[in-house]
Amino acid sequence: MKKLLNKKNIISVIVTVALYIAITLLMTSGMLSRQYQSLLVPVGINVILAVSLNLTVGFLGELTLGHAGFMSVGAYTGCLFTIYMDLPTYIEFPIALLIGGIVAALFGIIIGVPALRLKGDYLAIVTLAFGEIIRSVFTNMNITGGAGGLKGIDKTTNYTMVYVLIVITVLVISNLVKSRHGRAICSIRDNIIASESLGINVVYHKLLAFVVAAFFAGVAGVLYGHNLGILKPDTFDFNKSIEILVMVVMGGMGNILGSIIAAIVITILPEVLRGLADYRMLIYSVVLILMMILNASPKFAEYKENLFSKIKIKKVARKENGDGTIRG
Amino acid sequence: MALLEVNNLSIVFGGLRAVDGFNLKIEKGQLYGLIGPNGAGKTTVFNMLTGVYKPTSGTFSLDGENLTGKKAIEINRKGIARTFQNIRLFDNMSVLDNVKIGLSNQKKYTVVESILRLPRYFKEEKEMDEKAIELLKVFDLDKEKDFLASNLPYGKQRKLEIARALATNPKLLLLDEPAAGMNPNETAELMDTIRFVRDRFDMTVLLIEHDMKLVGGICEEITVLNFGKELAHGETSEVLNHPQVVTAYLGE
Repeated sequence: MKKLLNKKNIISVIVTVALYIAITLLMTSGMLSRQYQSLLVPVGINVILAVSLNLTVGFLGELTLGHAGFMSVGAYTGCLFTIYMDLPTYIEFPIALLIGGIVAALFGIIIGVPALRLKGDYLAIVTLAFGEIIRSVFTNMNITGGAGGLKGIDKTTNYTMVYVLIVITVLVISNLVKSRHGRAICSIRDNIIASESLGINVVYHKLLAFVVAAFFAGVAGVLYGHNLGILKPDTFDFNKSIEILVMVVMGGMGNILGSIIAAIVITILPEVLRGLADYRMLIYSVVLILMMILNASPKFAEYKENLFSKIKIKKVARKENGDGTIRG
Repeated sequence: MALLEVNNLSIVFGGLRAVDGFNLKIEKGQLYGLIGPNGAGKTTVFNMLTGVYKPTSGTFSLDGENLTGKKAIEINRKGIARTFQNIRLFDNMSVLDNVKIGLSNQKKYTVVESILRLPRYFKEEKEMDEKAIELLKVFDLDKEKDFLASNLPYGKQRKLEIARALATNPKLLLLDEPAAGMNPNETAELMDTIRFVRDRFDMTVLLIEHDMKLVGGICEEITVLNFGKELAHGETSEVLNHPQVVTAYLGE
């Protein structure tokens, strides 16, 4: 327990709680318009998706394009469970989240065992195909409501649940990454031959990353279904997978905080630009391109570093003066 | 009984017999050299001994246990560790983490324990940190433990690779051209390091090298390969003066 109570962890807890309280206050005081309030849950779901995909794309270094597929598996499983089970919501919903995650993880194993023998472009295409197959299966099944969609799902998801699940996702993935298993996953990304020569079980660790990512995609799917109240197979198409991938790439490979910020920005941006009507998508694309260029530019990275170090210096100066002023 | 025994090891790529009937016997604690002109098949031998390639025929055994055809992971767990001709570090990870990867298999905590941060996670992580820093100190790398591996100067990267291989607690260490790209000073330092590793860790070392000063300086016995076949083997000074060896290196 003592080891858990270090300075860094305490600060993280304080920031997490403060952020939650701040958003709740904004909501109850009416400073956040209805439009933005309705965005909170989708933003949270995208954060979970981006952080989980970062495990396979950023830390394991394998390009997978089937994240929306795992999300849909979780969504349909969880939603069908709550529709057909007559339990009180507070028991039913957590079980639905768990079942959605577990079934998605099982699919992760089924797809992962053959697919992870492939590398790079080939793996990307196989996972892309998986996403499309799942989508057409759901379109043609009776129990899922086919192309018309699965209706009558209770709208259980609220902002608090999503917030708690974001915290769990980030905690699980960052704890995993900072363990011997996580280091093994990163070593496979950096040099697979060297990993093998050091006795790292490459197949096991690849599958581990893949399955954990699929699990959280499934959980996000369950949240998604219980937010909208209706599931349509078309929402889980190729574009959704790409959207999540864009968040990961923009936030920076292997950077969890980056994924969170990128997920927030990319989800909110189209809404912020709504006033510009016809030019909305054009501006959205231009902003994306600019951000990618800036992200990849070493000059900009240097500028960012300078900026941060300046802030740090100011803080230090403040401490030294003791009165919150900076001596000229 | 010899620590490493290689009998008649051969591998064929298409029509090319890259290594043909290779034999080797290394006793415990020996510093053994494997030399030969470019393309003689030295690295191919290493790749077979570490499970990267499967030999077409022949066998090899470590401490009496037959390891022929086993996978790379298993061979490492049985006690053979290696470094690479073109350095293969985990570039985006810290120097300390590079060594900790090598220690990974000696620790037991599970995925669930690391996610929930249970006591065994902290205990074993602490043990790993201590062991890794101890190893880094041996190679004078402990001050750079938080550097990214790719930011180390070349000579230190070579050392880190050796430290990382030693972290897996091997019985036999294979070094593939450890002095490649080093200047004479660095090479001299490397020779000391290799000798030191042998004495300190009670290690058996098999190394491939082109630098004859290094080979002559530290190897007790050597084997010379040429076109996949053994040309000569025996004590270093004798073999290096062997007329056929001189011809293979310098021409008629």
